[in-house]
Order: sequence, then structure tokens, then C-alpha cells
Amino acid sequence: MTSSDRLDATFAALADPTRRAILARLASGEASVNELAKPFAMSQPAISKHLKVLERAGLVSHSRDRQRRPRRIEARRLAEATGWLERYRRIWESRFRRLDALLEELKAEEKNRARKKR
Amino acid sequence: MEPTRYLKLTTPSDREIVMTRVFDAPRRLVFEALTKPDLLKRWLLGPPGWQMTLCEVGIKVGDSYRYEWKHEDGQKLGMHGVCREFVPPERIVNTEFMDGFPSESLVMTVLVETGGKTTLTTTVRYASREMRDAMLKSGMERGVAASYDRLAALLASSATGASSQAGAN
Repeated sequence: MTSSDRLDATFAALADPTRRAILARLASGEASVNELAKPFAMSQPAISKHLKVLERAGLVSHSRDRQRRPRRIEARRLAEATGWLERYRRIWESRFRRLDALLEELKAEEKNRARKKR
Repeated sequence: MEPTRYLKLTTPSDREIVMTRVFDAPRRLVFEALTKPDLLKRWLLGPPGWQMTLCEVGIKVGDSYRYEWKHEDGQKLGMHGVCREFVPPERIVNTEFMDGFPSESLVMTVLVETGGKTTLTTTVRYASREMRDAMLKSGMERGVAASYDRLAALLASSATGASSQAGAN
């Protein structure tokens, strides 16, 4: 797999809300398919299908424990893919906070102008 | 932070980013802040140390625009593009070329007003896989890989409501 192919797989994996929720759950510790299926009102095969997509993208792996085969998150791969998204978010969050302040000013100015006209 | 002011960031497909944010102001004012240079210069900045040094806007279809920023240490950053749609105060579509990147993106901004508040939705669509990869690479080179905790928070926030929709997938 080339790095572009891997990124395609990662983005496709992250595009689905259920798969993002599975990753969010795994971020707080490993879990079996059974445990993962519970909060979703989904069948185990359906969850397994989502897990396969995540595993193909290298975002999730499973340990050798034959009984439970708990899944765990591959933090480094995930950080590679989401690090830039996080940076993007941080830049825009601070921009939008500045925009909030500017809009408050514009609203106050409008109010003042309306008052003077009266 | 007020939940309504939360910036929602999603990747609906392998080359799109969608940002959604609510502002406590009528969209007429938000639109002004997005399109008037003297107002844009006050908020469209980068991390601390960056200043917007050039702000030429496009306000009708076919206009080109150019933005430039400069850091205290001399670093420069620029982008430009062409205005594809301009519908005050509700919709702007621009192409976007970042200096040093291989191809353009398409940026669509939509403003919806409800009860005096405005929801801003921006969709960025990368023209190519190369462009998206270059964006990713630039993020990593600057060494801003998210910490594990931040990452969990990001995923938890983007997954909000996912469990209730899960059955539909």
C-alpha cells in the first residue's frame, strides 16, 4: 500500500460516524467486539464489518487473546491522520473567537447609530 | 465554552472537510465580517505572531482575491483564488490556491440565520489526493501531532450523536 492509499483508507474509515464512535470508545481502553456492539444497537457482524475497515486502515488492531480478541486503537497512525485536522481546528477556533468579539463590536455600533438617529 | 459556539469539524469524504460554527449575530453582519477587508484583517489571522499584510477580496463572480500573512520572524504565507459564487448575505464559493501547494481547493461558505443567530458552514473540497496529502504532510512537518487526550476529545466530539444514528448505517 502506498502512503496515499493508506490515507485514502484512513479518511474513508474516519468518514463514518459509527467508526468514529468506535475509535472514541477504544481511545479510553481496549474492548471486545461484544463490548463495542453494546452501545450501538447494532449486530455483532455489523460491528465486525466496521472493525475490518478500521483494521485495514491500520487504525485498530487486535491482540492474540483467543477468547476475547480485544481491539485496541493504533494511536500513532491515528495521530498522523488527525494531527493536521487538530491543528486546523485550533487555528479556526481562535479565528472564530476573534470574529465573535468583532461581531459584538459591530452589533454595539449598530445599536449606537440607531439610538442617535432617534 | 457555550455548546453553541463549539466548532464542529468533520470529514464526510476522503477529500472534504466541513466546519460548522454558530455566531451570536445576524448573518448580514457575519457576511460583512467575511467580505470586507478592514474587518477580515481583524480576525482572519494565524497563531500569535502572524499579521495579515494583504487582503484583496473578490466580491463578484470572476473576481480574484489574494491574502498574505507575515510572521514576526519574517516567514510569509499567501493564498489566492477566484470567486465562483457571491450571494450576499448567504453564500460564497471560492477556489483557493495556497502558495507552495500543488493544486487548488474549492471552498463553499453558507450562512443560515435563525432567531438572530447565524450558522456558518464551510466545506473545503481538495481537488486531488496529492493536495490533501500535501496538507497532511505540512501539518506533520510542523510537529503538531495531537496528544492522545486531545485526540480522544476530538473523536468524542465528532462522534456525538453517532450511537443514535448507528442503526441507519
